[in-house]
Amino acid sequence: MSFLEAVRLAFQQIRVQKLKSFFTLLGVMIGVMFLIAVVSIVEGMSRYVEDDFAGALLGVNTFTLRRGTDMRFGNTTEAQWRELQRRPRLYRNEVEQVRAVLPPGVTSSIENMTFAYAASSQGRAKQVQAVGAEASYFTLKKYNLTSGRPFSAQEVTLGSKVIVVGTEVATHFFPGLDPVGRELRIGGAPYQVIGVIEAQGSVFGFSLDRLAIAPHTSPISRVTNPRGDVRSFVAQTPNPELLNDAMEEARGIMRGLRHLSPSQPDDFALETSASAMSFFAELKGKLIAFGTALPAIGLIVGAIVIMNIMLVAVAERTREIGIRKALGARRRDIMRQFLVESASLSVLGAAIGILLGIGMARIIAAVSPLPAGVAFWSIPAAVALGAGVGIVAGLYPASRASRLDPIAALRQE
Amino acid sequence: MSDNQFGDALLSRTDEHPMSTTAERSVVVQAPGGASPGKEWVIVTRGLKREYDMGGEVVRALQGVDLAIRRNEYVAIMGPSGSGKSTLMNLIGCLDTPTAGEYWLNGLLASTMSDDELARVRNKEIGFVFQTFNLLPRATALHNVELPLVYAGVSSDERKRRAKHALEQVQLDNRMDHRPNELSGGQRQRVAIARALVNNPSILLADEPTGNLDSKTSEEIMRVFETLATTGQTVIMVTHEPDIAAHARRIIVLRDGLVASDERRSTFKQSMGVS
Repeated sequence: MSFLEAVRLAFQQIRVQKLKSFFTLLGVMIGVMFLIAVVSIVEGMSRYVEDDFAGALLGVNTFTLRRGTDMRFGNTTEAQWRELQRRPRLYRNEVEQVRAVLPPGVTSSIENMTFAYAASSQGRAKQVQAVGAEASYFTLKKYNLTSGRPFSAQEVTLGSKVIVVGTEVATHFFPGLDPVGRELRIGGAPYQVIGVIEAQGSVFGFSLDRLAIAPHTSPISRVTNPRGDVRSFVAQTPNPELLNDAMEEARGIMRGLRHLSPSQPDDFALETSASAMSFFAELKGKLIAFGTALPAIGLIVGAIVIMNIMLVAVAERTREIGIRKALGARRRDIMRQFLVESASLSVLGAAIGILLGIGMARIIAAVSPLPAGVAFWSIPAAVALGAGVGIVAGLYPASRASRLDPIAALRQE
Repeated sequence: MSDNQFGDALLSRTDEHPMSTTAERSVVVQAPGGASPGKEWVIVTRGLKREYDMGGEVVRALQGVDLAIRRNEYVAIMGPSGSGKSTLMNLIGCLDTPTAGEYWLNGLLASTMSDDELARVRNKEIGFVFQTFNLLPRATALHNVELPLVYAGVSSDERKRRAKHALEQVQLDNRMDHRPNELSGGQRQRVAIARALVNNPSILLADEPTGNLDSKTSEEIMRVFETLATTGQTVIMVTHEPDIAAHARRIIVLRDGLVASDERRSTFKQSMGVS
């Protein structure tokens, strides 16, 4: 009997016993559903991080110079933390000397960022992401303005009290009004709103539109960097090839300024989006491992259910097996018939599970801040997994069926 | 009834025969009465024995049966319950292998074949007709008839063509798409006969073919067998009904695992109601 014949026969059998077949494949279906949902969410998160998080928060071809890294989520030991506290702060004069050695074409800006309460006469006080930056910050971050204008280099030099806000800030503090020309107060100081940045969306439920950017020389520095240092300095090269050169130039000049001997480690941090990504890659691996372990238990239960049902099917169809054997079916023909049947059941379950899993991922993405993106590889992987589960589960029942004695099988009622 | 009283013993049988090649098996030997397995003699058995181990007690179902059946013969095997006729039929049908002795089917030594070889022989050389029809209940008549061809590896189109032809032979070509439960007993048995014939077997092996049929339908089935016998098909029929056996040209009677009588009739239905 050919393989195709066996598949046709299996689906005929499934069709005849719809309800029983449905309950049989329920276990595999649920297992695959959760597997697909988990993988989709992890995949969605990583895609998000790679495309949006890296692009929006860190920027491509961008490196950041700061006192210490803040990208190490909870992985610091006390010794590391102490070392971090002993580091000297980063100051304007150092930044200017670094900027001087950067290759031409590099865009750079000071970026002092903190959360601070803002207020206006129209809206109640609310926390915003206050940023002190230079005029080049808008080019560097590729912020487009929906209304108004960004602040100019002259305004930075003068320390003018002007501010550019994100859409969320604009709508909260100036509901139904044109924010341009109005007054926003941060840390007690009044700023004139001169522009609104177009909507940026959100990352992991964290809004990118709660921005308020003022010149770093303006009184906002009392909020963002009360000690008068520079929180971070961002530089963007026009192409990825230049990034390392620019970083090494910066490192060289910084080490010189800090009088570090070759044996001493850097007492400042130079980060790229890549270094943040490597942390996420590690996290993603852990998430996939834990996230798939639970549905895998579902699959094992599913396999046991299929094995049980197939054993019942073999008992029920003993006479049919006897007839087939009498008409010339070999052991391997019977074996194949039952294996294909259990694999078909399982693959069918997996297929339904894939659809439900994709649906579930979509629903989770819609109602929670977690993103979801179906990983293409997870679909053939789930189908293969389903087939594997079915074959493993069918092995014992099929082998029992193939070993039935035709005479005894034919006599069964 | 032909139900075998040694059923449980059959399940526990474990003896396997070593593989032997076709060349070895087709060696011509002298059969009883000078019959040599091959062209003329489709079935030759020599000292065929079958023993079952029933909980330590050895039951001898067959105690040395010597038989030779010619091609184109129409034979009935009779005997009371426990005479060994079902055991003999299982051996002839290659569903079972003997404890001792040789069984040659169409020039092949079937008594030492492996499971797979026996399956192939059942597929190509033997057409079974059972008392309870043994059709697949969910398959159409056409698909039931196709079944032996599926295991013979015949292509789908060729299968359909040959199955239709076989159903035409038993005048059931107008019932091809009916399932067994939509057919009468006689029609079911005719489907089973079509299925038995579809792969052009050397022998048609019928086990109580009229056991579940009324006398009128039995006659109808016997007429089909008669037609097959006259067109050159070897027919072997196991029955305990004398008037059914009387249709055959030769009647072999078993008693206590041995051939008690072997009678040939020159004329059809010459001596109804004997034995």
